[in-house]
Parts: sequence; structure tokens; C-alpha cells
Amino acid sequence: MSSASILNPADVPPDSVKAAEPTRDIMPPVKTRTGLWGFVWRNPSIAVGGGIVLLMIFIAVFAPLLWTVDPTALAPARRTREPSAEYWFGTDMLGRDVYSRVIYGARVSLIVGFAVAFFSSVIGLAIGLVSGFVRWADGIIMRIMDGLMSIPSILLAIALMALTRGSVGNVILAITVAEVPRVSRLVRGVVLSLREQPYVDAAVAAGTRTPVIIWRHILPNTIAPMTVQATYVCASAMIVESILSFIGAGTPPIIPSWGNIMAEGRALWQVKPYIVFFPALFLSITVLAVNLLGDGLRDALDPRMAKRI
Amino acid sequence: MFAYVVRRILATIPVMAVVALFVFSLLYIAPGDPAAVIAGDQATPEDVERIRASLGLDRPYLVRFGAWVFDIVRGDLGVSIFTNLPVSTMIMQRVEPTFSLMVVTLILAVSIAVPLGVVAAWKVGTAIDKAVMGFAVLGFSVPVFVVGYLLAWTFALELDWLPVQGYTPLSEGLWPWLENLILPAIALGSVYIALIARITRATMLEVLQQDYIRTARAKGAGQRSILFVHALKNAAVPIVTVIGIGIALLIGGAVVTESVFAIPGLGRLTVDAILRRDYPVIQGVVLLFSFVYVLVNLMIDLLYTLFDPRIRY
Repeated sequence: MSSASILNPADVPPDSVKAAEPTRDIMPPVKTRTGLWGFVWRNPSIAVGGGIVLLMIFIAVFAPLLWTVDPTALAPARRTREPSAEYWFGTDMLGRDVYSRVIYGARVSLIVGFAVAFFSSVIGLAIGLVSGFVRWADGIIMRIMDGLMSIPSILLAIALMALTRGSVGNVILAITVAEVPRVSRLVRGVVLSLREQPYVDAAVAAGTRTPVIIWRHILPNTIAPMTVQATYVCASAMIVESILSFIGAGTPPIIPSWGNIMAEGRALWQVKPYIVFFPALFLSITVLAVNLLGDGLRDALDPRMAKRI
Repeated sequence: MFAYVVRRILATIPVMAVVALFVFSLLYIAPGDPAAVIAGDQATPEDVERIRASLGLDRPYLVRFGAWVFDIVRGDLGVSIFTNLPVSTMIMQRVEPTFSLMVVTLILAVSIAVPLGVVAAWKVGTAIDKAVMGFAVLGFSVPVFVVGYLLAWTFALELDWLPVQGYTPLSEGLWPWLENLILPAIALGSVYIALIARITRATMLEVLQQDYIRTARAKGAGQRSILFVHALKNAAVPIVTVIGIGIALLIGGAVVTESVFAIPGLGRLTVDAILRRDYPVIQGVVLLFSFVYVLVNLMIDLLYTLFDPRIRY
């Protein structure tokens, strides 16, 4: 029954084996864009959104150098001037230069947006990790987060602001409290799904201690979804900050923030709409840019999430 | 089924308890001295002490919390520091405009957003889809008061089609009531429309790839019937869930929208209360809105079990 088989190398006649032809490219060479232009081409949302965010950061940092005057300088003699070559965005009812106020206002929006994104990520990460790893604490923590999430975030921030003195720090605190539950839930979800992964099982079986597992296997995998979430938190925080300032529960009126400028222009909006228009435009473009950046990062970092939404 | 309903209703009790505990504890965990903040800069030490006593901050925490919960259960939300009226009375006077605004917004938003999302999913990848998604990003990004001012400027001031501001009670006729609510409802609905359109598109994209859609096509069902009967019905649960969760956005946005359009509702009450630092009123509004939010989402969960025979617990 021992017939020659090609499965047995000894049965194959030596001269019947030929070296394979080197494989040729079937596809014509694809033009690959490299460098900065290639990045922009592949991730237009990140490029446009990130570009505008960088521009706003530049404006905020170099506000004093951008042909501005003192944004709080009162000049009753030149109240409510229309936009002109001298006052690019006009002047408000106290004679302050709206252009200078809008440029300086970028500082408040960006500081609040970035600070809330940072603090709610850090706190949310800590709470989410505890919830994902400590079984008995999970139920309690998640009930508390459910309760917090049933208070509409703007109302929660309003209630906190009504009890504290208006300051940028307190605004950041109030919005962070409202955002933390969402980040914690996200982190907990990621942790629970990661704990089911074979490589985590393998690490547990090999006797790796929990802190090391968290550091090696869990944390690196939370970075992508957390980054995406942080950009959305940043956008939402900028909107909430402007709403708080607009209704008089935010940064003190003396600090020019986009919400404050609009609040002051509110009484005159039917006759002098430009006072409301310019800060509204800057705010909308900035939030749009941050949202675009978030969408782009989501598509680039987390393809599974991108498919769902 | 009955056991599920009971369990689901019981599950809202801890959530409401956390809401109540947190709203109550804000007075204690807020940085600084709330009594001094509420009293204002010109207040004498006696004023501060009076406010401290009226907020109950001079009594032990747990005693005060027990009494407070007992009062709320009886419908007593405390007394306004500024007007000395019961907070529940002040809220009842302002409920109608806010409720009207939210109902009109809800109907408007759902009837715009769901078809938009369905069409975007049907024409996925085309210019129509991209336009809808672009609109959704804009809706998320442009704050509600900016949309409000833009609409009021265009349709009320320039074109003079609709009133600029104000509110007319429903008892004075349907059109005068609706006329005042159209612009605020569109402004308030912009984020909500974006949210619902996005989730509708995403869910529809998933459903349209299912085998039963292919079966429907094979048996010769028309495009419209496939989209709106076969697909949308099966995509309903996530969409309705998001509609429920999104009500939080409506509640938050109503505060601002009412300021822009001078609607004398709960939002205006809140804003006025902030300017006067009338904390009991703010506390009452926050509690009321949170409980409404929890109850609406409870109802939506329970409705699933009625409408979707596949859901069995």
C-alpha cells in the first residue's frame, strides 16, 4: 500500500521541484501620500477641526498682540458703535471694544473646555476602574452615577453655581461634576469588556498582580475611547459654560467670556445684533471644530465605535 | 412580565433617592459658605444667620434631610427666600409654558429627525446622507441660544412671519399658542434633531443588512414599505431610548430658550432665581425636572414590553 505520495518529500523526484517565480505586483503601484499632506488627505476632520482649535489656542495665547485694546476699558462716549475700521466688531453699551472682548473671550472658553475634559477624564477613569474591578463597589457606584445622570447636566451646574461665588474655577468644578458620570460609565464598560479578553485571562493565570494588569493591559486600551470622549466633553463644556454665563450663573461679568458678551448684548439684540453675533460666531466655530476633531479621532482610533454611530 | 414591571418600577426608587440626596447635599458640599453667598455682599451677619436658619443649615444634617424628604413626599418644596411664596405654588404657575414648549419641540423634532435619519441610511454614502450628517454635526455644535437668535432675527424681525418673543396660553386659541412656540421649538430642537437623526441612521444601517429585509425585497415589498414598516419598526427600540435620554437636553435647553424668547416658564423662573440667589426655587426646579426625566424614561422602558412582543423578561 506504500504508493508514492507528494506528501512525502522523499517520494518527490528532485528535478520536478522548481523555484517559484518571484511574485509580480498584480495591482499597479498606488500613489501613497506621505507627510503632512497625506495625513490631511486621510483625516480631513482631524486636520480641519484640529487646525481651527490650534488657531483658537493661538488667538487665546496671543490675545494682547492681536491689535486688541483693554477688553474691560469703559468709554461711555462711544457706546454701541456699529462695526467699522476702527472698531472691527463695534462697541457694546458701555463703549467697550467688542473685537477685543471676543478675542480675550477665547481664553475662558478654551480654559473651561480643556480643564473640564482633563479633570472629568481623570476622575472618571479612577471611578470607572474601581467600578470595573471591585465587584461590591460596582453596584453602589453605578447607582450613584445613574442618579447623577438623571439630573440634567445644565441644571446640575446651575444648582452648584447658585451656591458658590461666580469664578472660572467654580464653573469648571460645576461642569466637571455633571460630566464625570458619563466618563465613568464609559471606562467601566471598556474595563468590563477587556476583562473578558484572553490576554487578560492569561495574565491572571500567570499570577500577574491586579495593579500590573491595569497598568499593562487595561489602561493602554482605555486611551483611545477616552481621548474621543474627552473631545466631546470639551465641546459640551464650552457650550455649558456659555449658557451659564449667558443666564448669569457663570464667570463673573467682569471677565470677558463669549457667554458674558452675549448676555450683555441681549438687551439690545434687536437693534444692535452684532454684539451677540460675533461671540456667537466664534463660539459656534470653536465647538464645531472640537466636535469635528472628536469625530475624526473616533474614526481613526476606534473603528468599531465609528461603525455604530 | 408583571414581575418585570414591578422590578423596573422599584429600580427607580434608588435612582430618585440618589437624586434627592445629592440635590439636598449640594448645600453642604458646595465650596465656601452657601448662606453667605446667597445673602450677597451687602448682607449683615444677622442676614446671613437668618438665611442659614431658613435653609436649615443650623440643624444637624440627617435631621434636616429626614424633615426635607418628608416635606417633599407631601408636595412641600419649601418657601422662596425672595418672594416668601411656597416653591410648589411658584412652579405650578410656570408649568404650562414650559410643558407646551417641550411637547411642541418633541413632536417637531421626532417628525423631522426620524425621516431624515431613515433617508440618510437609505441613501448612505450619497450627498443626501452627507448633508444630513453635516447638519447633525452643526446641530451639536451651535448652541441653542445662537440658533434662537438667528431664527428670531430672520423669521421674526426681517421677514415678520412669526412673533419675536412672548407666550400666549393655549386657552386663548391654538394658533396664537402655536405661533409663539414655533421658533423656540426649532431652536430648542436643533440638538435633539441632530441626536435622533444620528441614532436613527446608525440603527437603520444595521437593520437594513438583516436577512428579513432581503426577504421583504424578494417578496416584492415596495421601497417605502421596506424602510418605514419592516426596517423602522425593528430599529425602534434604540431610537425611542435615545428620544427618552435626550429629554435631558430639552430640559437644559429650555432654560436658555425661554430666556431668549421671553417665555414665562420654569426656565425663566430658574434664571430669575439665580440672579436673586433664591436657592429653594432652584432646588425645587432641579428636583422636579429630574423626577420627570426619570419617570419619562421609566414609562418608555415599560412601553417597550407592551409594543415589542420580542422583549420578555
